Amino acid sequence: MAVTLDQTIAHKQHTWLSRLLNAQTFWVLLAVILACIYLSFATDSFATTKNLYNITRNVTFVAIIALGMTLVIITGGIDLSVGSVLCLCSMVLGVTMHAGYSIEVGIAAAIATALIVGAFNGVLIAYLGFPPFVVTLGMLSIARSLAMVASGNTVVFEFGPDHDKLLSLGGGAWLFGIANPVLYMIILALLTGFVLRWTKFGRHVYAIGGNEHAATLTGVPVKPIKVAVYMISALSAGIAGIIQTGWLGAITTNIGAGLELQVIAAAVIGGANLAGGVGTAFGALVGAALIEIIRNSLGLLGINAFWQGTFIGGAIVLAVMFDRIRNFRQSE
Amino acid sequence: MAVLELTNISKHFGAIHAVSDVSFAIEPGEVVGLMGDNGAGKSTLVKMIAGNYRPSEGSMKMDGAELVLHKPVDARRHGIEIVHQDLALCDNLTAAANVFLGRELRKGVWPLAVLDYATMYRRSGEIFKELKSETRPRDLVKQMSGGQRQAVAIARTMLSEAKIVLMDEPTAAISVRQVAEVLNLIRELRSKGIAVVLISHRMPDVFTVADRVIVMRRGRKVADKQIARSSPEEVTGLITGAIEQVA
Repeated sequence: MAVTLDQTIAHKQHTWLSRLLNAQTFWVLLAVILACIYLSFATDSFATTKNLYNITRNVTFVAIIALGMTLVIITGGIDLSVGSVLCLCSMVLGVTMHAGYSIEVGIAAAIATALIVGAFNGVLIAYLGFPPFVVTLGMLSIARSLAMVASGNTVVFEFGPDHDKLLSLGGGAWLFGIANPVLYMIILALLTGFVLRWTKFGRHVYAIGGNEHAATLTGVPVKPIKVAVYMISALSAGIAGIIQTGWLGAITTNIGAGLELQVIAAAVIGGANLAGGVGTAFGALVGAALIEIIRNSLGLLGINAFWQGTFIGGAIVLAVMFDRIRNFRQSE
Repeated sequence: MAVLELTNISKHFGAIHAVSDVSFAIEPGEVVGLMGDNGAGKSTLVKMIAGNYRPSEGSMKMDGAELVLHKPVDARRHGIEIVHQDLALCDNLTAAANVFLGRELRKGVWPLAVLDYATMYRRSGEIFKELKSETRPRDLVKQMSGGQRQAVAIARTMLSEAKIVLMDEPTAAISVRQVAEVLNLIRELRSKGIAVVLISHRMPDVFTVADRVIVMRRGRKVADKQIARSSPEEVTGLITGAIEQVA
């Protein structure tokens, strides 16, 4: 026999190149880059410092939540409550600071709110066996309503003694002129990527999405991990809420409305599979970037804003189509 | 000395006697075929050995010492490993990731303890080689044949010093060629002194690979014979009840 067992076992079936060409994220990234190059030539206003600053900052809110959402989607779940949780956390922050407390207290209260909401979702889903869609749909309604209760459905725009600190936290640019939200996004993305690739927790998240029953049988603590994943998702919404509050300088009870769909779209375009088991942190960023560039470019190219939904929807279908085509080839 | 010894084991669920007064012993490196019709008590018996159920009566001994199992993890700690009927594999993970699922190796110190990919790939490669299976640690389980999937599930049992491997219908849903592969895997386990309990409906598999056959019917052990002194006809008779019992 020419090939020994040793050689077969040591053989690497995939080179880095074939793996790259097989990744949906790579093609979406390519689309983002090509779109950027095209827009730089086709319009005068795209490649300006101001516009790029705007784009990168706008991407961050969707991207940060998409990181948390990607974890949920990898386990095979879904979190529809993120838009409302963002609103609730912003309101808790705003109301606390408006009442005269410091920014530290405000942020702690907002984060605690996010974690409680996430734990509530997670416990219902993991321990009581509720479908994630139903629980988080309920929370979508509950969280926004609580935000209205907390604020009396008014606009909060005065944040007490630490007003300026909050505004510079979200609106400033402390490092090399990069908008602060972008810095937070990069740090959180690196952290998420690290956790998914290099920790036992991350490995178990993928295992649960791949085969939850198998994960249970092999001793993976499935239920606590699912609770943690929904807490992380709510936390990411809370963090985005805090940053967005600092950036906007005012909170209404309708911020983040419909955001969950954009976030899910970003995760899916970036390669997360709603059936579970597949997804990356980098993909979430790339997906969010593609959505923002579509939005931005339609304006710059003078296309009616009504077309936005068509283009974003088309991008979702197109991105997933690559995946389908690849699967057809494999099954033949 | 017997690696596992069951003495007068019974299990009742209310008024239902799933297993009644079963005793047998298994020696190291012995392959025992456990046969019986649906509802004969095979799974209940195996679940007691695997720590899923506690026996209502009777006792178990491992290497002469009393064995009490409260949950499946206890069984694993005592060197009892199970290959589940559906194999319990995650298709989206690599072979190595599946082998180490639930007991991943890490290097470094907390909070910077990271998965030790290199060692896990190397170690699973070594196990596949021991099993003489052409399975690549870096391949996704999704792309594997039925025989390779079995190898991954069996490789799990060889991570620690297993004494007994319980295999639940390992050849139920795979092709003829892959059945031969799985039977070879069982022989590899035996050659390492590991006892194997093979639960199967397939007469040819048991008669090819097992040293001994135990037949269950309606919760009772009705036969416990060396394969060489039995025949498929006799075992069929015992399973259906055409033959009442043999010594």
